[in-house]
Amino acid sequence: MGKLRALIVDDSSVMRKIVERSLRQAGIDLEQVVEASNGAEALGALRDHAVDLVLCDINMPVMGGLEFVRQVSTLELAEGVPIVMITTEGSESHVVEALSHGARGYIRKPFTSDQVKEHVLPLLDKKP
Amino acid sequence: MSADSKIALSARSQNWLPILELSVQEVFDIMLDCTVQPAATSERPARGEFTAMVGLAGSLCGILTLGCGSQAATRIATRMLGPEIANSKDQVCDALGELCNMVAGNFKNKLAGLDGQCILSVPTVVSGGEYSFHSLADGESLEAVLLFEGAPLVVRLELHS
Repeated sequence: MGKLRALIVDDSSVMRKIVERSLRQAGIDLEQVVEASNGAEALGALRDHAVDLVLCDINMPVMGGLEFVRQVSTLELAEGVPIVMITTEGSESHVVEALSHGARGYIRKPFTSDQVKEHVLPLLDKKP
Repeated sequence: MSADSKIALSARSQNWLPILELSVQEVFDIMLDCTVQPAATSERPARGEFTAMVGLAGSLCGILTLGCGSQAATRIATRMLGPEIANSKDQVCDALGELCNMVAGNFKNKLAGLDGQCILSVPTVVSGGEYSFHSLADGESLEAVLLFEGAPLVVRLELHS
């Protein structure tokens, strides 16, 4: 696994920094980190930047994470790029909904870097 | 509200206090790598307070707030971000809001029977030396006071009936 480009989507800049730090602590070598504060910004970022991994919150203003995942699928953006939801919305129904919309993983806040490693690394290893 | 439902809600709230405390402790342990311990409810934050709040809607309706003094708020942000990054009030507010959001999410995820029926608002943070906080929630409330590096954190859950 070489250097990766990640898109981190969260309305909290603090949380974006924490997610980036957790990725690095998980041993993921990041070449570039693109940040977006909601789903609409993230769609624009995907049009402008090629990325290898997306980590996305669910509850955000303007466009939430579930709608973002749905539109990524509908618009055929970032095909094959794994999207992992990182959110406080940890109920079973939210997990099912996110996965049905195309997310490949789900991490509940609060989270450790070990959990990030556990959920993200297998997805990167399976990348074509 | 009938007398029976008041009793039921009160009992429910009493049972929830340890769950609320545990939710706070887990978030601080995992995200800040530190331990917070329950303290006497007479402990109150110093002036220069911050209050973060997250609304709950659905089968559990109300507001969860997390209050602390400005020094504690800065130390929380520093633990979350590192001293070189947590250098502005905006980032302190952002950190506290996210912390409150995680406590609210962790708390509701621990309650049985709420699966998918309770949603959280985007957090709001109020700061300043001279303000009073008044929730319009008309139901039960419960309060947990915990010590973070010797400073009190007040976490309140106020429910609509």
